[in-house]
Amino acid sequence: MPSSATGLPLPRLTARDATAEAVAGIAARPGRAAATMLGTVLGVGAFVAVLGLTATGAGQISRQFTVLEDTTVTVQDNGPVNNVAAPGTNPAIGFPADADAVAGHINGVTAAGVWWPVSLPAGASFTSSLALSATASQTVNLLAASPGATAAMGLAMVAGQRLSTYENDTGQHVAVIDTGTAAALGISPARLASDPAVFVDGIAYTVVGVYSSAQRVVTDESAMLIPENTALADFGNPEPGIGNQDEAQMVVATRIGAARAVARQIAAAELPADPSRLVVTSPPSPQNLQGEVSGDLAGLFLVLALISLLIGAVGIANTTLVAVLERTEEIGLRRAVGARPRHIAAQFLAESTALGTLGGLIGTCIGVGTVVIFAAAKDWTAVLNPAYTLPAPLIGSVVGLLAGAYPALRAARTSPLAALRHG
Amino acid sequence: MSAPVIELRGLARTYPGPPPVPALRPADLVIGAGGYVAVTGPSGSGKSTLLHLLGLLDAPTEGSYLLDGLDTSALSDRDRSALRGRRIGIVFQAFHLLPYRTAWENVLLAELYNQTPRGDRLQAALDALDAVGLGHRIDALPSTLSGGECQRVAIARALVNRPSLLLCDEPTGNLDSRNAAALMELLDQLNAAGFTIVVITHDPGVAAHAGRTITISDGVLSDRTGADRA
Repeated sequence: MPSSATGLPLPRLTARDATAEAVAGIAARPGRAAATMLGTVLGVGAFVAVLGLTATGAGQISRQFTVLEDTTVTVQDNGPVNNVAAPGTNPAIGFPADADAVAGHINGVTAAGVWWPVSLPAGASFTSSLALSATASQTVNLLAASPGATAAMGLAMVAGQRLSTYENDTGQHVAVIDTGTAAALGISPARLASDPAVFVDGIAYTVVGVYSSAQRVVTDESAMLIPENTALADFGNPEPGIGNQDEAQMVVATRIGAARAVARQIAAAELPADPSRLVVTSPPSPQNLQGEVSGDLAGLFLVLALISLLIGAVGIANTTLVAVLERTEEIGLRRAVGARPRHIAAQFLAESTALGTLGGLIGTCIGVGTVVIFAAAKDWTAVLNPAYTLPAPLIGSVVGLLAGAYPALRAARTSPLAALRHG
Repeated sequence: MSAPVIELRGLARTYPGPPPVPALRPADLVIGAGGYVAVTGPSGSGKSTLLHLLGLLDAPTEGSYLLDGLDTSALSDRDRSALRGRRIGIVFQAFHLLPYRTAWENVLLAELYNQTPRGDRLQAALDALDAVGLGHRIDALPSTLSGGECQRVAIARALVNRPSLLLCDEPTGNLDSRNAAALMELLDQLNAAGFTIVVITHDPGVAAHAGRTITISDGVLSDRTGADRA
C-alpha cells in the first residue's frame, strides 16, 4: 500500500526475508551460535530425556509388575472352623474335588490348584535316606499341593518332574523339594535316579523332583510339596478360616491382564452354593503404581530442566544483546537503506528465535537419543510420548523469542546515525 | 534549470546541550536534477550534519527540506524510511559492507525493505554491480576485495534502487590515490548518466570533479560558485 504522503510503497520485510536474514546472521558466527544454543540444548534435552526416561522406567516397572503379580489370583477358604469334613475325605475343604478342573474352565486361567500348609506335630524332623545323619537345619515347610497347584506355582525344575495327577489320585508317597532343602538333606539332583527318600516324622516320601525357583507361593522359602490326597491321608484336613495359617488356598495363574476378570468369576465357579466362603485376592491395578513412580522423580528432574531452560534463555538474551551492540553499524546501515525500527526488531527476534528453535531441535534429538540408548543398554523398551516429544523444539522457539525481546527493542531504538559515526 | 531534487529553506540543526550546539545554521540551497555538488569544509564545520539531514538520517530543528518537491519535515518515520530506501543512496567513507555477506548480498540489502519482488531484486543487484565494473566479483566477500572494490560495492548498493539523490560521504577517504581517481571517474560517469550527486569531502581534488562547490564553515553554508551547472 503506497503512502499517501510520498506516493512510495511503505518499507516492508516479509517473513521469508526476515528468516533468510536471521539464518545468514547466525551462519556468520557459527561458533558463537553453538555456544549460545548450549543452554537451550541442555534444557530441552533434559526435558525430553526426563519425560522419556520416566515413561520408559514406568513402562518397564508396570511390565514387570504385570508379569510377576498381575497374573496371580489367590483364593482362600474362609469357611467356618466347625465345618470340617471327616478325615480322609475329599472334599475335606472349601474347594470341590475337581477344583483344578473348574478353575481351568475360566477363560484366562493357565493353571490353578489347591494347596495348604501341612501342620506337623511339634518336633517333627526331616531326614534323608541318602545321608541319614543329615537333618534339615532350616525350617522346611511341608505343603500339600494338587497337580494344578504345582503347575500354577511355576516351579523351575532342575531334575525330575512336578507332582502328577496319577501320584495324587493314588495317594503316592512322593515329594518335590527345592534345591536348598535338597542340599541341606544331602540329596544331589543328579542322584534322583536312585530314588532318595525324605522321612517326615517317620513317613518316607520319594523325591521325584527338585526345583530351583518358583514364581508363586514358594518363591523364597524351603519347601517340600506332597500330593494333596497323600497329605489328607497322612496328616488330615486343613483348618478352614483365614488366620489359621494352614487354611486351604487356591493359587491361580492367569494370562497377562486376565487376573481381575478371573478374580471376579472364580468364587462363584468353585463354590456356586456358597461363593462368599471363598476370599479372592486380585492384584492392584498397575496404572496406580505407574502413576506413583512417574510422579516422584519426574517432578524433580523437570525442575532441573526448567532451570536449564532459564539459563538457556539468559544465554540467548545475553548473546543477542552483545550482538546488537556489536552490530550497531549494521543496524544503522539497514536503517539508512530504508528499514523501519520494527524491521530491525523483527530481524533480531527472528535470529534469537531461530537460535532457540535450533537449540530445541538439537536438544530434542539428544534427549531422544539418551532415552533410546539408556533403554537399549537396559534391554528395556523405550517409551516416548509424541505429545511431549514432537513439540519439544517449540520450547526452544519460545525461549528464543522471549530472550530476544529486550535486545530486539534495544536494536530497534538504535539511531541510524550510528552507522555513520561508527565509520 | 531542471526541477530541483533538493530544496532547503532555512534548514538548521542545533544539537541540544547543554550547551546547545548550532551545527548547521539556517541555510537555503537548491540542487537541480542531474546536479553534481561538492560540499567542502574543515572537520567539525557541519558537513556531516548536512549529510545526515540530506540523507533523512536526522531531522532538522528549523526550516524545511524538500526532496523531489516533497516536504520531508512533515513526514512520519515510516515515510522517511520509504524515502531513504527508494530515493536516496548513501556511500559512506568506511564502506559499511556486511563482512559475512558477498558483494551481491550486500547490494541486495538495499532492496530488502522496499517491496521489490525477489527475482527483480537479484537482477537489479547484478546490474548495479555491472555498472560499477564488479560484475565478475559478485560472490566475493568484502574481506577478499580491495578498498577500491569495496567502495564500488557500496556505490552499487547506493544506486541499485536508482535513487534521485546519491550522497557520498568522503568516498575516497579510505582509498589510495589511484583507487580514488578511478572512483571519481566512476562518479563522473554516474553523473553523466543522470544521477544527482552530492559529495561531502575535504579533498579539493575530489571537489574539483563537481560542477559546483559549496563551502561550509562553522555551520554556515556558502555557495562558492553560486550557480548550478546542471
